[in-house]
Amino acid sequence: MIQPVLLWTDALIFVLLVVVLVFAWVARGREHLRAPWREVVRSRIAVASLVVLGVYTVTGLLDSVHYRKALPTQDGQQETQYSGDVLSLLDTLLGPLRTQEEKTYSAPFATQLYAKETVSGPDGTQTRMFPRLKYGGAHLSDPASQKGADIARRSALALAEAVAVLLLLYGLLGLRLARKWRRSWRAAMGTIASGKAEVPWRTALLTLAVFVLLITLMINLSAAYHVLGTDKVGQDVLYQTIKSIRTGLVIGTLTTLVMLPFAVFLGMMAGYFRGWVDDVIQYLYTTLNSIPGVLLIAAAVLMMQVYMANHPELFETMAERADLRLLFLCLILGITSWTGLCRLLRGETLKLRELDYVQAADAFGVSKSSILLRHLLPNLMHLVMIAVVIDFSGLVLAEAVLSYVGVGVDPTTQSWGNMINRARLEMAREPMVWWSLLAAFSFMFVLVLAANLFSDAVRDAFDPRLRAQR
Amino acid sequence: MFAYIIRRALYAIPILVGVNLLTFVLFFVVNSPDDVARMHLGMKRVTPEAIEKWKEEHGYSRPLLYNADASGTGKLTETIFYDKSVRLFAFDFGSSDAGRDIGEDISQRMWPSLAIALPTLLIGLLVNISFSMLLAFFRGTYLDLSGVMLCVVLMSISGLFYIIGGQYLFSKLLHLVPVSGYEPGLQAWRFILLPVVIGVFSGIGSSSRWYRTIFLEEINRDYVRTARAKGLPEVRLLFRHVLKNALVPILTGIVVVLPLLFMGSLIMESFFGIPGLGSYTIEAIQTQDFAIVRAMVFLGSVLYILGLLLTDISYTLVDPRIRLS
Amino acid sequence: MRAPGLLFNRSIPFIKWMLCLVAVTATVACSDQPWNSPYPPEQAGQNILYSSFSARPNHLDPARSYSSNEVVFTGQIYEPPLQYHFLKRPYQLEPLTATQLPEAYYLDAAGQRLPDDAAAEDIAYSVYDITIRPGIRYQPHPAFARDRQGRYRYHALHEQDLDGVNALADFSATGSRELIAADYVYQIKRLAHPRLNSPIFGLMSEYIVGLKEYAATLERALEEKGTDHYRLNLADYPLAGAEVLDRYRYRIRVKGKYPQFLYWLAMPFFAPLPWEADVFYSQPGMKERNITLDWYPVGTGPYMLTVNNPNRQMVLQRNPNFHGETYPREGDPGDVQAGFLEDAGRPMPFIDTVIYSLEKEAIPTWNKFLQGYYDVSGVSSDSFDQAIQIGSGGDIALTPEMQKKGIHLSTAVSTSIFYMGFNMLDPVVGGDGKRARLLRRALSIAMDYEEYISIFRNGRGIAAQSPLPPGIFGYVEGREGINPFVYDWTPQGPRRKPIAEARRLLAEAGYPDGRDIETGKPLVLYFDTTGGTPDSSAQQNWLRKQFARLDIQLQIRNTDYNRFQDKMLKGTAQIFQWGWNADYPDPENFLFLLYGKNGKVEHNGENAANYNNAEYDRLFEQMKNMRNGPERQAVIDRMVAILRRDAPWIFGFHPKDFVLYHDWYHNAKPNLMANNTLKYKRIDPALRELRREEWNRPVVWPLILIVLVLVVSVLPAWIGYRRHENRRVKVVSS
Repeated sequence: MIQPVLLWTDALIFVLLVVVLVFAWVARGREHLRAPWREVVRSRIAVASLVVLGVYTVTGLLDSVHYRKALPTQDGQQETQYSGDVLSLLDTLLGPLRTQEEKTYSAPFATQLYAKETVSGPDGTQTRMFPRLKYGGAHLSDPASQKGADIARRSALALAEAVAVLLLLYGLLGLRLARKWRRSWRAAMGTIASGKAEVPWRTALLTLAVFVLLITLMINLSAAYHVLGTDKVGQDVLYQTIKSIRTGLVIGTLTTLVMLPFAVFLGMMAGYFRGWVDDVIQYLYTTLNSIPGVLLIAAAVLMMQVYMANHPELFETMAERADLRLLFLCLILGITSWTGLCRLLRGETLKLRELDYVQAADAFGVSKSSILLRHLLPNLMHLVMIAVVIDFSGLVLAEAVLSYVGVGVDPTTQSWGNMINRARLEMAREPMVWWSLLAAFSFMFVLVLAANLFSDAVRDAFDPRLRAQR
Repeated sequence: MFAYIIRRALYAIPILVGVNLLTFVLFFVVNSPDDVARMHLGMKRVTPEAIEKWKEEHGYSRPLLYNADASGTGKLTETIFYDKSVRLFAFDFGSSDAGRDIGEDISQRMWPSLAIALPTLLIGLLVNISFSMLLAFFRGTYLDLSGVMLCVVLMSISGLFYIIGGQYLFSKLLHLVPVSGYEPGLQAWRFILLPVVIGVFSGIGSSSRWYRTIFLEEINRDYVRTARAKGLPEVRLLFRHVLKNALVPILTGIVVVLPLLFMGSLIMESFFGIPGLGSYTIEAIQTQDFAIVRAMVFLGSVLYILGLLLTDISYTLVDPRIRLS
Repeated sequence: MRAPGLLFNRSIPFIKWMLCLVAVTATVACSDQPWNSPYPPEQAGQNILYSSFSARPNHLDPARSYSSNEVVFTGQIYEPPLQYHFLKRPYQLEPLTATQLPEAYYLDAAGQRLPDDAAAEDIAYSVYDITIRPGIRYQPHPAFARDRQGRYRYHALHEQDLDGVNALADFSATGSRELIAADYVYQIKRLAHPRLNSPIFGLMSEYIVGLKEYAATLERALEEKGTDHYRLNLADYPLAGAEVLDRYRYRIRVKGKYPQFLYWLAMPFFAPLPWEADVFYSQPGMKERNITLDWYPVGTGPYMLTVNNPNRQMVLQRNPNFHGETYPREGDPGDVQAGFLEDAGRPMPFIDTVIYSLEKEAIPTWNKFLQGYYDVSGVSSDSFDQAIQIGSGGDIALTPEMQKKGIHLSTAVSTSIFYMGFNMLDPVVGGDGKRARLLRRALSIAMDYEEYISIFRNGRGIAAQSPLPPGIFGYVEGREGINPFVYDWTPQGPRRKPIAEARRLLAEAGYPDGRDIETGKPLVLYFDTTGGTPDSSAQQNWLRKQFARLDIQLQIRNTDYNRFQDKMLKGTAQIFQWGWNADYPDPENFLFLLYGKNGKVEHNGENAANYNNAEYDRLFEQMKNMRNGPERQAVIDRMVAILRRDAPWIFGFHPKDFVLYHDWYHNAKPNLMANNTLKYKRIDPALRELRREEWNRPVVWPLILIVLVLVVSVLPAWIGYRRHENRRVKVVSS
């Protein structure tokens, strides 16, 4: 028996997902919205980064379905009791990664701890040695001689699996496209492989191939080793980095979700109505802008902690506390970052309202709200789109910095910022503990790089100025 | 012009009042004056009487925003908010809750901040402009493409990583610069060298890409094409016309940050142990010294508004068509 | 049109300027100082000790400073009448400015003298007569400066006189005077000053006769006069408990019998303060210039604070008026071999100047120590493996790398304790019920502090068996000293009971497998803490792991420091971690942490667990006044037994202080009680200079490599440009 748990950020993520899907469905039918996107998916770099973003998103979504397991029932007990551990679908999929904890640091693929320890022998003698790990390479009797072969064997298996999965995907894609293009399966397969299709399917498949291989490698190797080592209390670093994906995505997306309504409506209103409305809105964002962001965030995080301290009954589990803090961080980051977009939209609206069709609509007595929604909003969407995509990577990076200042996500939340923050101390160790930093850094780098490349493509496709230049 | 500046300055007053009120509310929603007192009195053997005394001594014993016991305007003026905020407008920051004069501290700590921020800005500008000019010059070639890719890659690296990596490599392994610290006067260059290099390096990605776009926009203009068609050498074209015209958006974009250079960089200063205003702010947040936080927020907003004003003025200076009214 | 031209015309001077800069760089680099030295070149080879501080000290006024980071300074500047012997263990008091250790004599309520062996309940007052040595002089200070007529030069300043004055050093004239007994009495009176908020006023008003009333008197006087607070002349208001007998003698009267009072006389709270300083600092305009007693202390000690810039550095300099003291001639057995008596009989202090630099981060501090720029360093958990290896027999030694550098290690179990407390007012874990007691004991077993010490402190600590750390009277070593509820005795030493035993206790308490036997609800406990550091999340994960071994869910409630204090005061916390650092080496200073009348919620005392046991309290009152001896030991044993049974704390651990110091640093014997140890230290600057140069040779080739790579990557661009231009030329020419 399980009890589903809907955290605040989960709910918002799914709202966001629905919004995106609805938007996609609407855009399908409208050529002026569809065309730029078609432009985007023609670019090879954009498709590759889309695949990367897709893999991250799926991981994040899997990590957003939470539940609590029931405890075994006892005699004479009326209702089922649930464990306080909130798990996600991803936790279940990663299974052993979460539970296989060592005592302290161990290097990637190590079979021994990274620090020496005093071990008492059976005869009472004490020796100082590197003890074997509880899980990492525990199945090997003599790690020194067997480890290499074991890893090679597992990797080969992973490779074979990856190839099989890919062939399957390739075949399925061929079938789908053959129907769409109304051509034979073989011809479709050939077009995909040659890379001459309108959408660069080959690039998509190759990118996906990298991930499929990584995933099969992970499945095969992480069952027996800590692929990226373990941290100070023996938690698997790979598990932590994968769990951090959700945090990064939540901060990158929900923040914009939170700020969008403010930025769009206030910006439009200021530009359209002008006069005192404009003054008030300008006053609002200049004031907010002139307060250093860190201070605003610090104050908000402290405020939320007070609230939680005063209402402990509202937060049954630790996951809920951590989640609320994450949400708060998104909110407050949103509040500090909406001003830029707002100002941009205000300026654009000021220009648009002088255009003939808006003036005409005004003259015909079309209601103000409908002018705003039907005539102005659609013409501002490209700016919003570009801002959203560009902000994403900045927000993911900002999380790390905020964690350093001490006003980031909850210390118990897995996040790259927390990992990098801890890594600062690990760098000073001798011998150095480098794997946490490297893992967090590379996972974050791949995401931000993909987001940046994708945002470039989106901007190129949507920005009318750039389009005109080409 | 002069009237405009006066008007903008007057316009700044309600903004500053708003900023002040907001920080005040934010801070005291979280920290009651009792908390602040306890924080400053330390860990061991703190009695309620001591807290009361501390509050009285530091002016925290009055009501926060509204004094019901007072009469007339006193209802608003005999409060902590009035007491602590009004003097700010005369740039009298008072003394911190720990007992030090804030104005004195700020005037001391502003120099290390500037010593890092100014060179970073100037050298960064130089490096970014040269790099993006190079890219613009070779536009469309593999050099341009790989340059842009490099920019994106540099942009995607967390700023913390540059600092951690740079400190590790240059200070710990190569013994080239001191690990951290600061020394006023001529000796300062040894301490600011690494932060400046890291600051410049971490800024290359985003700035160069932006500047490149500006350059390309300029290159595609008609007058450039005409000049090129007339046989003007490409290099002269770039430096004479493109650079000059592209500098306008670049410099006006920078003016707004100029005053904020005083505020220093939070992260850089605390990593390198530089006693600037950035680390001053962080410490104040961590030790919950409201007097300092308030002063820094006030200073920050004044500088920000100053930056906006400077931007407006610089627009008119570079483009005579724009009139300030 | 002119802007670019300007830029390029200017470029030539610019290049020149750059060349000059390079030249300057080269000359500096060629000076004998390593490139990465954080200190100015003129300090090379001087007798300067380098140290660091991480947070600026808030108070250097002896009546107010209490934190350990403040005592680092006040200890060297102020001289209370007594001090701890530098070398002898167990810790012993010896006279500093006093001529001998004061012996108390006792009076009954009628003021009649009682014999020395009178029963504690008969004693109404203890009287301490203290004689100080004549001829001790204060450090040079403007507060003492007089003009030709003998009037104080800086005692009647106006605001405008202070123009151009930003620091104490800006006052040109200084003076000094002899230390007299009245200065000590003056300082005791200051403890009660209503505007100073002395942290020990509450405690001392219970003991020093008339101190509480004295605070009220001063308060009244302040109200009457309405004057600035320091202007109150304390000499006009007599205090019954502290009086001047003659120029060199004063008398303190303490209520009841309080043998621990002598220890307080070794703390800066009871150091002398000249009234001139208060008058000087209270003048208008001083506070605005950050010139206060809290920033510029005035003392008779071996050092004086000459630079106090808490934003950057603080400098202690040798006090030219120091009365002179010689290095102790005798110590513990073994001190001769360790080289701690090499300087026996030589005049102190040895070091001329001490420079404390602000260091916020641990890593740079450690790196600078390794580079020779700090003389002493602690060992953080993360640099531990680099510095120290533990031999096969558990013996601690430095790694070969450290040994090669000539670094030395000194270790000492500190007189402090980190414990995990249960809030005894909590309905689940608190109270005197059997259920809660068994639960607490089960948790005491489950919290594997040996593992904690090994992961988070690299073995730098010992698991506590009671509140008393080793080195404090009452601590019992070996088999008799273990906590029988948590440990079994084996020939190798104490061994924690197996987790199965904890689970059994838990079941007995009514929570089999961590679930309430009646409702089946899983047991959820709450840990209240102030998290925030990167290490804290690792520690919290570890804590949850420990509780999970009993199938108990531990919820961690992270809040900021204020909220945490608030919870402790209201008693709404459940489980918490806290520490205590001894004020003085007496068991009373630890056992009072569980004394019922010190309850945090009810009495706002230091008993954060709010433990209240009548029997324990009775024994505490008895033990407090006893002399160290078998009888006192017996009482303490009974008290500890009660604590072990009730388990209001999980007796966490006593940290071990590891201090690393360089070859050129001498007399490093750790003394955890004394705070004025700087004067005993000696350094060898010449050796330091040598080592620094050897360790900090700059490595330049990677820089050259980077430049090369840059050149190579620009080369294709340049070639491309040339080709481009050639083509153009061709096009044009064709």
